[in-house]
Amino acid sequence: MNSQMSTVALPHGEQHRHSSRYQAFRGITEVTKYGALLFFSVFFILPWVWMVSTSLKNPQELVVWPPIWIPHPIRWDNYVQAFAQAEFSRFVVNTLKIAVPSVIGAVLSNSLVAYGFARVRWPGRDAVFALVLATMILPGFVTFIPLYIAFHRLGWINTYAPLIIPVFFASPFFVFLLRQFFMGLPIELSDAAKVDGASELAIFWQIILPLAKPALAVVALFQFIGSWNDYFGPLIYLNDKALYTVSLGIANMRTTYGFMNFAWIMAATVMSVVPIIVLFFFAQRTFIEGIALTGLKG
Amino acid sequence: MTLSHRLHRLSHEDRHGLITGLLFISPWIVGFLVFRVAPFFMSLYYSFTFYPVLEDPTWIGLANFRNLLTDGRFLSALYNTAYYAVFAVPMGAFFGILLAMLLNMKVKGMSIWRTIFYLPSITPVVATALVWLWMFNPRGGIINYILSLVGIRGPGWLGSPEWAKPALILMGLWGVGTAVVIYLAALQDVPRELVEAAQLDGANAAQQIRHVTLPMISPVILFNVITGLIGAFQYFTEVHVMTGGSGSPADSTLMMSIYLWQSAFQFFKMGYASAQAWIMFVIVVVFTVILFRVSGRVVYYGGR
Repeated sequence: MNSQMSTVALPHGEQHRHSSRYQAFRGITEVTKYGALLFFSVFFILPWVWMVSTSLKNPQELVVWPPIWIPHPIRWDNYVQAFAQAEFSRFVVNTLKIAVPSVIGAVLSNSLVAYGFARVRWPGRDAVFALVLATMILPGFVTFIPLYIAFHRLGWINTYAPLIIPVFFASPFFVFLLRQFFMGLPIELSDAAKVDGASELAIFWQIILPLAKPALAVVALFQFIGSWNDYFGPLIYLNDKALYTVSLGIANMRTTYGFMNFAWIMAATVMSVVPIIVLFFFAQRTFIEGIALTGLKG
Repeated sequence: MTLSHRLHRLSHEDRHGLITGLLFISPWIVGFLVFRVAPFFMSLYYSFTFYPVLEDPTWIGLANFRNLLTDGRFLSALYNTAYYAVFAVPMGAFFGILLAMLLNMKVKGMSIWRTIFYLPSITPVVATALVWLWMFNPRGGIINYILSLVGIRGPGWLGSPEWAKPALILMGLWGVGTAVVIYLAALQDVPRELVEAAQLDGANAAQQIRHVTLPMISPVILFNVITGLIGAFQYFTEVHVMTGGSGSPADSTLMMSIYLWQSAFQFFKMGYASAQAWIMFVIVVVFTVILFRVSGRVVYYGGR
């Protein structure tokens, strides 16, 4: 019994000695790993802290050296002022007037087009799809001047039309993303429906779209964020302040109200970011999977 | 052979498929023709004209392009854009891969780290620009304060012609999160066996990265570098917000896109702006082609 135990214990002990050295090595890499992550996190978190801190300062505290982290007293009033004086609420309503139709347009048009590339067989399809992808490298700056002139002739300047209508005609990035997803759905689904005499449109609408909800959610999210964050479009197409979006509105505050009012400009900035952060926390998985889907299968 | 002959030669099934397929992609076809092809050629035409918005364009041949070559501000814009791209794109790739590799090392609290790194990249660019504008402020800004803690007297950043571009590049790294998520997904796809095989052959960590991990994710690196480069050439919003569209100080942040915008919307020279747009387009295409060519030798498309 005793000897038996020792023969068992010996290799076990050796293994243990080996693994403790291994563990020491692992311990060092663990410390470096988390140390590095923490180090970089400071860089990523600092601007948020600074943003919130600045948004709660009074004008005298803005340019003090050394900088103040926690304002005293905390000026919640900056938020009230940003909301009232800068008509932030109107910026939000304006942005939603663009973002909501854009989301609908992007989901509808891109899913139709992606279906045509993923699940309908037709001669020349792959060549046309290559063309779709190739247009991704066309800088928007090449086309915007003639578009601006055309929209101007149509009387669309100072309307939301130039920001919404093009979205209803599909974008290469979303087509690519949805095509990836549609191709992953089993072809038997379509075949069975075809045997039952369903049209391609019926299959698209009744079978594929309900299954594609996660991918459609990705498109909806990215389009919403795209519209919410867009600056260039509103900048060139909207001249009337009453039509300004959130991004254009807060950028304009800086030139209008200057540095002494930077605290409540920061308050407006915080308010412009909050919806995006809330959206992210509600749909974290959708974001991460969506991004991976676009980047990976290239 | 005419198109209709060709169509008649297709089988009934193919013809049916073609019609159905084209109907499904018709939104793209219309959008492609109306919002891309037509303006594409219109801007090419405008680039050979004198076009002060209120009057009709008049043909002036290559004059816009000739003038651009001797336009000091355009040359500055070219230089500034190249400077930004040369630093921002490789640094973005480096930090993107580095952070993704850290996250790929079985870390606890993955979703927290990922959120920390990713959130800035979906933040409105205007918000990012305004916050960093205030962080870079030499009086009361946080960046020079932190530098002062380690005994460095910080530069004037956005107020200084030498330091304004480095400031923009540093700020750009804050938005590296999208790349991190893409690289992380790619790293998670690298087969475990490959890494283990390299370990058995006695490869150290650096060798594993150089000979296994990086080649395996190289197609994703190529994708990110190309989209990063295209983005760098169109770098606009940050500068427009932080400098009020001027590209100050002393034109040191005057990017190609900013000068293009100024030419069109401040000087109302639509022909001149279109010529700049076409130069930008040619540069982007040339670099994309070069990257694809060069990468043919480096990028590994093993499992695909």
